[in-house]
Amino acid sequence: MFKRAHYVAMTAVLLMVLLLLSLPDQTAARVKLAISALFLPLFGLSQSTQTATGKVTDATLPRNVLVNQLEQLRLENMQLKVLQMQSDAVMEENRRLRAMMQSKPQTTWNLRMASVIGRDPANWWRTIQINLGSEDGVRENLAVMSSQGLVGRVHRVGAHRAQVVLIGSQECKVAAVVDKSRENGVIGPSSSAAILDPNLVDLSYMTRNSRLEPGQLVYTSGLGGIFPQGILVGSIVDTRTVEHGLYVEARVKLAVNINQLEEVWVLLPPKP
Amino acid sequence: MNAITLIVILAFTYLTVFAQTTVDFIRVWLGAQVDLLPAFVVYAALSGNPLLTTLIAVFGGLWLDSLSMNPLGVTVAPLLVTGMVILYFREVVLREQLSAQFIFGLAAGAAVPLMVVLLLLTFGMQPLLGWGSLWQWVVMSIGCGAATPVVFRVFDLFDHWLSYQPLPETTFNHNREMKRGRN
Repeated sequence: MFKRAHYVAMTAVLLMVLLLLSLPDQTAARVKLAISALFLPLFGLSQSTQTATGKVTDATLPRNVLVNQLEQLRLENMQLKVLQMQSDAVMEENRRLRAMMQSKPQTTWNLRMASVIGRDPANWWRTIQINLGSEDGVRENLAVMSSQGLVGRVHRVGAHRAQVVLIGSQECKVAAVVDKSRENGVIGPSSSAAILDPNLVDLSYMTRNSRLEPGQLVYTSGLGGIFPQGILVGSIVDTRTVEHGLYVEARVKLAVNINQLEEVWVLLPPKP
Repeated sequence: MNAITLIVILAFTYLTVFAQTTVDFIRVWLGAQVDLLPAFVVYAALSGNPLLTTLIAVFGGLWLDSLSMNPLGVTVAPLLVTGMVILYFREVVLREQLSAQFIFGLAAGAAVPLMVVLLLLTFGMQPLLGWGSLWQWVVMSIGCGAATPVVFRVFDLFDHWLSYQPLPETTFNHNREMKRGRN
């Protein structure tokens, strides 16, 4: 069955694999983007189909459902306007106080919405693909969030597509702070038992005297330079001591549901 | 198997890799995405030829890695090795049997992710692993095993549609026809 030519072909393929695996990171990333560009027509088709399906669903919705939704949105809009007024006043006060203290003014978020167009086919990585790329101003290491909370950071960027590493991956560790107690820690992948639930992560490296309680909210601390301060990460589920009582670790339930991400916001660099 | 069948199977592989990226209800229900490339390699090794096995391993692996955080090429070697091992023993396998297809799909579905993870660890990467990964491994293996007979049916159908089929042999032979009459 096996001829000499087969052995030669197999050796050639294995050599090619070794060559690919030993490529420098930047070159490998470019080759990868070039190969994955073959899927662009399918991603486009998939998005168009989803949009068309959405339009058909919208067109067939009964009028009373639409009227109810409209009423709810009007109410929500009014509430948000009041909150916006409050927030504007607080921002103005913050700006004035910072100016008095000669402190650097806080930057406002420059958000851009993106659709989730795919997920990592391998089970041992947690990444998603979004439909924004370098031509939309996206670059590596930008924070990605949803209206519920932090999602992850941009890992690789193509012209029209980017790969986002989700929070809870080894490649997306987040400096975080616990609300009220102001304890600092690092959000990382959850312990081995919780691999099947991507919405659970661990908050580690907190001192043993940390006062943590279930339900406390966890936000990004702004340390590390990638994620801005104050993005909601999730809430504490429970705590445990590790390293013979040296540190405290907490399990954190993410504010976003990683399995149901459809739209996300990329935090672009602030406009000058 | 002719060139057209080969191209159709490769196109099917391309669509399957895309589907594994965009369709994730199995991942949401069972906590793991089922990889169908090992099932394709089993078909190529048992019913195809070394060329098809190599092409599926190379293109399928590269396409999958390009959409994943895997280093480019890391899936190619496990798929190729699995395919070649099956190809080596194909003469002693009853490929028409459903049970044989299931067992080979199960074994390939178990072996390929294991080899990929070992390669990742060898190259110093840190994939998300834990006790939960055992469950994912079981889901991937059984999923691939269950999908393999379906892959055989579908690809055999393609082969049937796209290849020249041998004419059925009859006992009638034109050379032996006895013609009655004056001439």
